Amino acid sequence: MLKLNINGIEREVDAPEDMPLLWALRDVLGMTGTKFGCGMAMCGACTVQVDGVPTRSCVMPVGTMVGRRITTIEGLARDGQPHPCQRAWMELSVPQCGYCQSGQLMSASALLATKPEPSDEDIDAAMSGNLCRCGTYPRIRSAIHRAAELAKQEGIDLARAIGAPEARPEPQPVSQEEEP
Amino acid sequence: MTDTLSRRTLLRAGLAVGGGLLLEVSLPVAQAAGKPASPEPFAPNAFLRIDPDDTVTLVVARVEMGQGTVTMHAQLLAEELEVDPASLRVEFAPADRRYDHPDMGIQLTGGSMSTPGSWEPYRHAGATAREMLREAAARTWDVPKAECTAEQGTVVHAATGRRLRYGELVEKAARLSVPSVTLKTKDFRVVGQSVPRLDSAPKVDGSAIFGIDVRVPDALVAVVVRCPVPGGSVKSFDATEARTRPGVLHVVQIPSGIAVVAKTYWHALQASRAVSVEWDEGPLAGFSTDALLETHRRLLREGKGVRVRDSGQADATFGKAARILEAEYSAPFLAHATMEPQNATAHVTDSRCDVWAPTQGPGMAKEQVKRVLCYADEDIHIHQTWLGGGFGRRISQDYILEAVHLSKALSRPVKVVWSREDDMRHSPYRPAATHRVEGALDEAGHVLGWRHTVVSQSLFSEVGQDYVGALLAGAPGFVKSATASLAINAMGSKDITSFEGVDSLPYELPHVAVDFIRHEPGVPVMFWRSVGHSHSAFATESFVDELAHAAGEDPVDFRRQRLKYQHRHRWVLELAAEKAGWGTPTPPGVFRGVAVHQSFGTWCAAVAEVSVEGTRIRVHRVVMAVDCGRVINPNLVQAQLEGAAIFGLSAALGQRISLQEGRVQQSNFHDYPLLRMNESPRIETHIRFNEAPPTGVGEPGVPVMAPAVANAVFAATGRRLRQLPLSLG
Ligand code: FES
Ligand code: FES
Repeated sequence: MLKLNINGIEREVDAPEDMPLLWALRDVLGMTGTKFGCGMAMCGACTVQVDGVPTRSCVMPVGTMVGRRITTIEGLARDGQPHPCQRAWMELSVPQCGYCQSGQLMSASALLATKPEPSDEDIDAAMSGNLCRCGTYPRIRSAIHRAAELAKQEGIDLARAIGAPEARPEPQPVSQEEEP
Repeated sequence: MTDTLSRRTLLRAGLAVGGGLLLEVSLPVAQAAGKPASPEPFAPNAFLRIDPDDTVTLVVARVEMGQGTVTMHAQLLAEELEVDPASLRVEFAPADRRYDHPDMGIQLTGGSMSTPGSWEPYRHAGATAREMLREAAARTWDVPKAECTAEQGTVVHAATGRRLRYGELVEKAARLSVPSVTLKTKDFRVVGQSVPRLDSAPKVDGSAIFGIDVRVPDALVAVVVRCPVPGGSVKSFDATEARTRPGVLHVVQIPSGIAVVAKTYWHALQASRAVSVEWDEGPLAGFSTDALLETHRRLLREGKGVRVRDSGQADATFGKAARILEAEYSAPFLAHATMEPQNATAHVTDSRCDVWAPTQGPGMAKEQVKRVLCYADEDIHIHQTWLGGGFGRRISQDYILEAVHLSKALSRPVKVVWSREDDMRHSPYRPAATHRVEGALDEAGHVLGWRHTVVSQSLFSEVGQDYVGALLAGAPGFVKSATASLAINAMGSKDITSFEGVDSLPYELPHVAVDFIRHEPGVPVMFWRSVGHSHSAFATESFVDELAHAAGEDPVDFRRQRLKYQHRHRWVLELAAEKAGWGTPTPPGVFRGVAVHQSFGTWCAAVAEVSVEGTRIRVHRVVMAVDCGRVINPNLVQAQLEGAAIFGLSAALGQRISLQEGRVQQSNFHDYPLLRMNESPRIETHIRFNEAPPTGVGEPGVPVMAPAVANAVFAATGRRLRQLPLSLG
């Protein structure tokens, strides 16, 4: 059993240490918001944040995640309030099929946490690891600028806008897959 | 496809369980060739349900793969029903003949046909419900119906200020007979508005359930080891080692290969590498795409095609020409590379089968599952999920059948998940095609004739079996097989999907001849976003450019002069040229190229601004113009054009599927690149508004991209790139 801190909650995960975090999330914990696209760190669909840093979970052995702070798309909203990126994404109708968007949002929110007013070059640098087959890049770019603007207008601290930063101690009941 | 306005939509109303108003829309399904008359003339193909608590539920018969179908259908219904489209609850239709596409005669989403197919029926449903609710209110208040108006989900009697919510009226309304209605032709309230997408919320918080996210209790996950050569089969296999791997429960042979079934995808994937298989590589062993190109060239030299267009006397004209300009264009096989890899979950028991899968053709899925299991229609349930992209890939139901075979064999639910490598190497592809184009010129360089031969493989002979099978479901067996093989052969020799866009060359030229040579290498193929247009526009719009330069004329002017009577081509061409600043100076080192093309009833033009650094082609800006008739949602149209531009550029600049020794050489995104954020140009989209019946926009933005860029590269370098993907190397 590995103890992981996911979205501020301590979870026990019954997975071999070399299983990528992606599959521990999806197939063991049933957290399917994080997506599988390539399995080799080339598409960004599986992006989560580990200690605030965007990370491709498809190549991250889950055993190395113990003691780290993992944030997934399910934990991007804070106290039921959507992250400014999520609001901007909806306002500008960014998602088409939507499959890549969990990863896009995790990369974009990590960018804004360190650069609250990113330039187009910053966006290129931070977002070029996230593929979108539907071609939503122009809207993602606009939405990142829009999220920055929303945060500024409303005085939201983007460095602290993501999910629940501190681990809550009490473990939640886990919908474990029945052992076959 | 465009006659939907005149088609009579039929409706049936009734009382829903729980006291709501239930409205079934039906329209006579187009009589496809060989299709027997439907014994059930009122087969409804959409549901509208209004509950006493005011919930309005819309069942959408098309699937959502990103194209905005949910939002568009909600707008059509809301327009006439007088409700806010955002208040509608949307459900996806299960596989059922009642949801067949009215023109295609099958439950399929593709061909940019959702908008034209739904334009009338969904508004009709909304209008009918509204009239019944008004009538119910009029009877309740005992006032003339004319004094009752519907607004914002209520009916109002202005004179007395009385108001009833739809939910309060449904029970009475449901007992009324269905009135005939007239649809709005102007003063649209919702149609034409950039209503924000209604499916964004679940797509930004990870809650949208795509096929790959479906979790059925007790389900195992399977990874299938497939023959490295498409079409090959298992001779023998040894899974002793794989069976000992952690988490593995079963190793099973199915028609497509050896399935390793485990607790999780990761367990199955790891163990799948330990399976050793001896393959019968089948007919494609030794096949290479380089050799295919040589075969195409030989066939073009031999020139034994079927003539599919003959206007004027092209052959005679070429005998008299002062000069003949000749060019060969080629396009490779292409993968769809949907972001969500193929997957399906099936649960087969003795008496029923449930499938959860991202599919563009739930109706086709059902027919094919039926063939495997021999279960009755009502015992097969295809549950529609969100699709992580489609682009034509998911018209093929191969991954669904794998899950069904496995669940049947193991008597428990099984989810099949393809790796990206599986998806890249074992999918059906956009057919490769080679075009030979000749222009007959007079002394002054004026074009007299255009002769064009396409060699490619037939999509319909590949897909036809399934498609026709689904069309004919319900017909007696002998009718089915006789009609199916006739239809497939007929479609194969003159398969429009191979030369569409060439046969409809719009330019006013005295002599045009188009030939098609069908060559079947046996590589699995499938519709790919914009189908034949994806390569035919590359050939036609590049060659028009070559002719313009040969005549010493400006590429936009040259086209415009020859599109005098093709006003919709001309409109979009002129709009794109104007917005791009055609003829005005560009930044240093940047050059423009243009293309215009009609596909799926929609006209599209693009101007690309390109620079060349060494052998690297960089696209900085793309200006697009579209005419898709009446626009239901400008924002959705623009999103589709932006997406199509990037999809088209990805193919033009870097994508190809090549085979050597029968093996697909590409495997993942490093060797099958998609455009990335930093490579994505500025995209400007412009709509030429008019009131013609609406047409689809999912595909028509794609074909213009490759020729617009190739033409810009010619402007920049003087080099004419005639092979896709474009390469200066
Ligand atoms: S799935 Fe991890 S980067 Fe593609
Ligand atoms: S929205 Fe479909 S892949 Fe990005």
